[in-house]
Amino acid sequence: MARVIVEVMLKPEILDPQGQAIARALPRLGFSGVSSVRQGKRFEVELDGPADAAALDEVRKMAETLLANTVIEDYAVRVEEQ
Amino acid sequence: MSAARVGVVTFPGTLDDQDAARAVRLVGAEAVPLWHADHDLKGVDAVFLPGGFSYGDYLRCGAISRFAPLMDELIPAAKAGLPVIGTCNGFQILCEAHLLPGALTRNASLHYVCRDQRLRVERVSTSWTNSFAEGQEITLPIKHGEGRYVASADTLAELEAGGQVILRYLGNPNGSLNDIAGISNAAGNVVGLMPHPEHAVEDLVGAPSTDGLGFFTSILKSLVNA
Repeated sequence: MARVIVEVMLKPEILDPQGQAIARALPRLGFSGVSSVRQGKRFEVELDGPADAAALDEVRKMAETLLANTVIEDYAVRVEEQ
Repeated sequence: MSAARVGVVTFPGTLDDQDAARAVRLVGAEAVPLWHADHDLKGVDAVFLPGGFSYGDYLRCGAISRFAPLMDELIPAAKAGLPVIGTCNGFQILCEAHLLPGALTRNASLHYVCRDQRLRVERVSTSWTNSFAEGQEITLPIKHGEGRYVASADTLAELEAGGQVILRYLGNPNGSLNDIAGISNAAGNVVGLMPHPEHAVEDLVGAPSTDGLGFFTSILKSLVNA
């Protein structure tokens, strides 16, 4: 059993109006010193077996096929230490 | 000649399939219901992907519909020249399926927009826009929260150079790059747009115009001439 984290973020050049709205809300709530916020998605993928190279390749394929739209999003895959 | 047969696809969460089918019938064609879970295009001459919230817009708009069994049939058929139009959620599905370049993202304003929208028809040499005049200004309803068209600078340049921008907003409602409301593939058989032609075909229901009819008469004309 292993848990693999896939993080999906809009590419830097793609406008993220949700992140901007959060950034604008923070000072109103008394939080200062934030220059920008970008919002993304986090997927926790539980594997039946170990997170070996083959399994990670498979997760990358999942990200490429379904979890991210690579036209507008980047993704990162990492194994979470249990 | 028998009536042209236009397939109208229903996914779970599709909303505008009945209006689309009605518009198809209004211009004298036969509307053929297509079900997302079937591996069957029923031999139709063209396909309409209507708007709505297929699969609840889970993950990304159109991201799950794009893998529906029907799409396994539709994607190769569209690549081989079958005329396909997607409006609103249908446009999002066509982009997710990579039948059209770019993507639709959250409106810049973060607000859902629902209004009558002025538009300019930019390209008339497609299966779905040949009834219009180039530069013609039309009014269609829009209703979407994720209609901001984005693509890489290279893709945008290609679309503009190749005349693949078919429809532009007059007064940009969502922050779409280059005011893009609709595009086609290079061949002109696959078209996607955020506005709703199927909601603007009859005066009786209070539509802002009947300008939407042009998309349906266009496909009939291109099928007769094919």
